[in-house]
Amino acid sequence: MKLTRAEVQRVALLARLRLTAAEESALTEQLDNILGYMDKLNEIDTADIEPFSHASNGVNAFREDRVTNQPNADALLANAPDRDATFFKVPKILE
Amino acid sequence: MNLAALTLHEASDQLRRREFSSRELTEAVFERIAATDGKVHAYLTLARDAAMEQAKQADQRLKLDQAAAPLLGIPIAVKDNFLTRALRTTCASKILGDFMPPYDATTVGKLRDAGAVIVGKTNLDEFAMGSSAENSAFFSTRNPWNLERIPGGSSGGSAAAVAADQCIAALGTDTGGSIRQPAACCGVVGLKPTYGRVSRYGIIAFASSMDQVGPLAKDVRDAALLLESIAGHDPADSTSAIFAVPQYLEALDGNVKGLRVGVPKEYFVSGMQPEVEQAVRNAIRELEKNGAIIEEISLPHTEYAVAVYYIVATAEASSNLARYDGMRFGHRVDAKDLTETYMISRDEGFGAEVKRRIMLGTYVLSAGYYDAYYLKAQRVRTLIRKDFDDAFKRCDVILTPTAPTAAFKIGEKTQDPLQMYLSDIYTISINLAGLPAISLPCGFDSDGMPIGLQVIGNHFDESTIFRTAHAYEQATEWHKKKPALKNA
Repeated sequence: MKLTRAEVQRVALLARLRLTAAEESALTEQLDNILGYMDKLNEIDTADIEPFSHASNGVNAFREDRVTNQPNADALLANAPDRDATFFKVPKILE
Repeated sequence: MNLAALTLHEASDQLRRREFSSRELTEAVFERIAATDGKVHAYLTLARDAAMEQAKQADQRLKLDQAAAPLLGIPIAVKDNFLTRALRTTCASKILGDFMPPYDATTVGKLRDAGAVIVGKTNLDEFAMGSSAENSAFFSTRNPWNLERIPGGSSGGSAAAVAADQCIAALGTDTGGSIRQPAACCGVVGLKPTYGRVSRYGIIAFASSMDQVGPLAKDVRDAALLLESIAGHDPADSTSAIFAVPQYLEALDGNVKGLRVGVPKEYFVSGMQPEVEQAVRNAIRELEKNGAIIEEISLPHTEYAVAVYYIVATAEASSNLARYDGMRFGHRVDAKDLTETYMISRDEGFGAEVKRRIMLGTYVLSAGYYDAYYLKAQRVRTLIRKDFDDAFKRCDVILTPTAPTAAFKIGEKTQDPLQMYLSDIYTISINLAGLPAISLPCGFDSDGMPIGLQVIGNHFDESTIFRTAHAYEQATEWHKKKPALKNA
């Protein structure tokens, strides 16, 4: 076993995912199996290999920092779970 | 004549000759959907009224402009992870709810500018994570060749819609094989372009170092036409390449004399269906007969690709999907505090495979595991890329199967995620290396299921892929076969 149930619970909190007890057991087993498969990579010595950075060797693309869109609060707020006039309404963060 | 069965180039030519109108063509497509989609379940959302209006406008433009873009008046299906303005976009996930995009993806905008008719949005594995379209939060799409088989994934809806003549052509996305594998399963042509060739602006992100947009079509010429229409630099996508888009149709000259074709020995190993190997070997011989030079090559790090992919892709996915917090859009359940609001909203919104990948990706990026998994995988990815760089010093294209088996049965692999991941073994290396590759039909197995041939090209050399695929297609009849749409 590479992965414990406690680790699955820790990762679920990091990922902000609520899991049921059944999901925790299933994921512990499945992820352990998948991570075991990934150990294959340790067969290769990569000490002198640079990590991959970009799929087509691109260089950074700069552009002018200029506003190009028109303000349209209604269109942007149309999908909001909750709103108040032209604001997104969100749960209280500070007590 | 069934207009919906036409290829894009046939329909385009006949529209210009006034043999029928775009309205008639679009009507035929919707009739075909009405007759078959109760079995196939390719579409999540249909846009009939808007499509008929677009067809009407296309007919007016066709009267004025005979030299208009080839897509003018052509009904196209779009995978439901492309944002489409004022057309519901779900990514086959409950977390997006009834999301109504305020803008179009760049590629969708290009379709609209070219006068294409948007038929609707096709089903996919939730967030494009899967190889069977079974991970959709709504329903499973069926393979038109056998309704008890998967259509492949994640662009299963687009591939099935093309195969069932429920559109003239379609767009999909490919992060680990999500265009090519369903194309192979459904007996159609599907191209994943070079990373950077097509804009991803307005595509719902899965794994940003690999996601790419591409066409699913009835033949190679159609795929070339569609790529030419959607490719090119986009200021809104800083990863899109500045290189000019070639005229891909010029490559379709049938000439493969002297073409150097590499066949990687690591792709022909135990575990593949013998009929798949036979069909691909026959295809290689066909090209040899037409003057191509076949050479066995080696891509020595092939066996590590699945492990690298499922580390890198899940790491990127866990980061990309962190945005689904239920604050500005999407599903939200208000709970006792903010953390619990996030946790419950995401629990209810995401399906099992998406959760599994978020968990895996979060784990491999977390403190103490980053070096062992993520960084290690990125180092091996460099080696995989180098394998291809070395190979393309010796050959112009590489030929492989697209998938190790033909389409498997619905439900066959849903209980074993690792087995499902292994159905991508021939496609994912190409995404890791950022290369372009096409899948095209090269035969059928004894159950009558289509088999796909994969042609891989060098970076930004889609032309040579099209040349090779087209020459093979000209020599065979596979692409002309149509499913009977009956139960097995």
